[in-house]
Amino acid sequence: MLRSHLSVEILKLLAAAMLLLSFAMLSTRRTQRLITLFAWQGAILFLSTILVAHDAGLTELYFSASLTLILKVFTLPLVLHLLIRRLGAQWDNERLVNIPVTMLVGLVLVIFAFGLAQPISMLATTIMRNTIGIALAVILLSFLMMITRRKAITQVIGFLAMENGLFFAATSATYGMPMVIELGIALDLLVAVFILGIFFFQIREQFDSLDLHHLESLRED
Amino acid sequence: MRGIAFVWQFGEVVLAIALAPLFAGWIAQCRAWMQSRSAPPLTQQYRMLRKLFNKDAALAESASRLFRMAPYVLFATMVLAAAVIPSVVTDLPFARAADAIALIGLFATARVFQALAAMDIGTSFGTLGARREMMVGFLAEPAILMVFFNAFLLFGSTALTGIVDSYSTHPSVIDPSVIFAAIAFVMVMLAENARIPIDNPATHLELTMIHEAMVLEYSARHLALVEWASSLKLLNYACIGIALFLPWGIAIHGASVTAVLIGTAALMVKLAVCGAGLALIESLSAKLRIFRAPEFLAMAFLIAVLGLLVHLLLGANTSA
Repeated sequence: MLRSHLSVEILKLLAAAMLLLSFAMLSTRRTQRLITLFAWQGAILFLSTILVAHDAGLTELYFSASLTLILKVFTLPLVLHLLIRRLGAQWDNERLVNIPVTMLVGLVLVIFAFGLAQPISMLATTIMRNTIGIALAVILLSFLMMITRRKAITQVIGFLAMENGLFFAATSATYGMPMVIELGIALDLLVAVFILGIFFFQIREQFDSLDLHHLESLRED
Repeated sequence: MRGIAFVWQFGEVVLAIALAPLFAGWIAQCRAWMQSRSAPPLTQQYRMLRKLFNKDAALAESASRLFRMAPYVLFATMVLAAAVIPSVVTDLPFARAADAIALIGLFATARVFQALAAMDIGTSFGTLGARREMMVGFLAEPAILMVFFNAFLLFGSTALTGIVDSYSTHPSVIDPSVIFAAIAFVMVMLAENARIPIDNPATHLELTMIHEAMVLEYSARHLALVEWASSLKLLNYACIGIALFLPWGIAIHGASVTAVLIGTAALMVKLAVCGAGLALIESLSAKLRIFRAPEFLAMAFLIAVLGLLVHLLLGANTSA
């Protein structure tokens, strides 16, 4: 397994870009821009997987990289775009909780993730072991995004971004999961987005809005 | 060898002072092109300065000595800052006087004097502008400090000249933290120089203006100095950015005359690119509401802190 210095540097750059995109997603108000950012995150995931595949000479990683490209860069953003157009929600602006506070919480999460990943990454032997902390941070930030959002669509995007983080963690820690599992997860994601898409229409039909706060109160009738 | 260093120092300061209006003019021209308007000539800023210097100054009755002194202080601090920043050569005798942290102090001095002068007259606009400027300033300062700390950690020096010198000895460093620092720096630069997401330098719209509100009462030579100082400030920021993130071609210690000439040419090219980039950002973004400014600058601060964190995590593990 060769460990070329240059590809390690490029991987670090990509990991940093991934983290930056997570923060950008955390702070965007526009739903459409959020989808674009999600697609970019997928693209970075694709590039990093290709690089690991090339550097470690693993053919199956090429497959999962192409799966990422097709699913996360093109299909899912396209589906989401179509969905919000059908819902008439493409110009939606979301009222977020205080953005600086959210960002500060995100920063604390990043520190936490880095501290957590330090002992794990000492044990890992792959070229991307430095990036486990970043992958963990991306997962936690997506969690935070799901918590702070109120609209159904943006929560789904947070969920998808979390899967991006998980995939990134998998490639960085273990050179990817077995192909069967990856295919399974990919299919699950696709199905999840379709089902959630149906849910969106149902929620809107019931409440005339996609705001999930309406789901919190019980109606007794 | 010491004598030639003073020549370079003097030359660099003169170059910065002469270039500053041209740089501002270049940005204005790029903006005009991008917005498909017909652009003012590049020399527009020089003409304006000449016109203002030829006029007689009018002072408000209540103006104190501070008000008259402030433009000179502003201009002098910006010239001093230009003397410290290695834009063409790093062999600068003045650079020992101030490292990057002291440089921020210099900018802060200028800001305090400008705000005090704006409040001195007692008009409501001046006070309003001064307050807003201080708000933006106190939010921007920690962000720029964090950007500098990124560079300090990476290159092990607090002097800008030292950073450029050590960059030229290890040119292969691509650290991810540099991206974060660069983004944060551009955000701070836009905010500090009253550019578009925070302030629009081209209008006098009373509800939104920051910088223009502070200089409303100035006229003639005072106004000329204030304007010149603010364009010099923009150039200084651009030169800091170039020194931190794109330091290729800057002549290092003991460089020959040709190296300095190459450095000057490189500076021109980089400034042209930076100016076009700034104009592009300004054309693409809309002005933020004033209450969004803290959000914008908090983002800049957080991105810079993230850069530090990423550097600590990724950098520490490579050596292990």
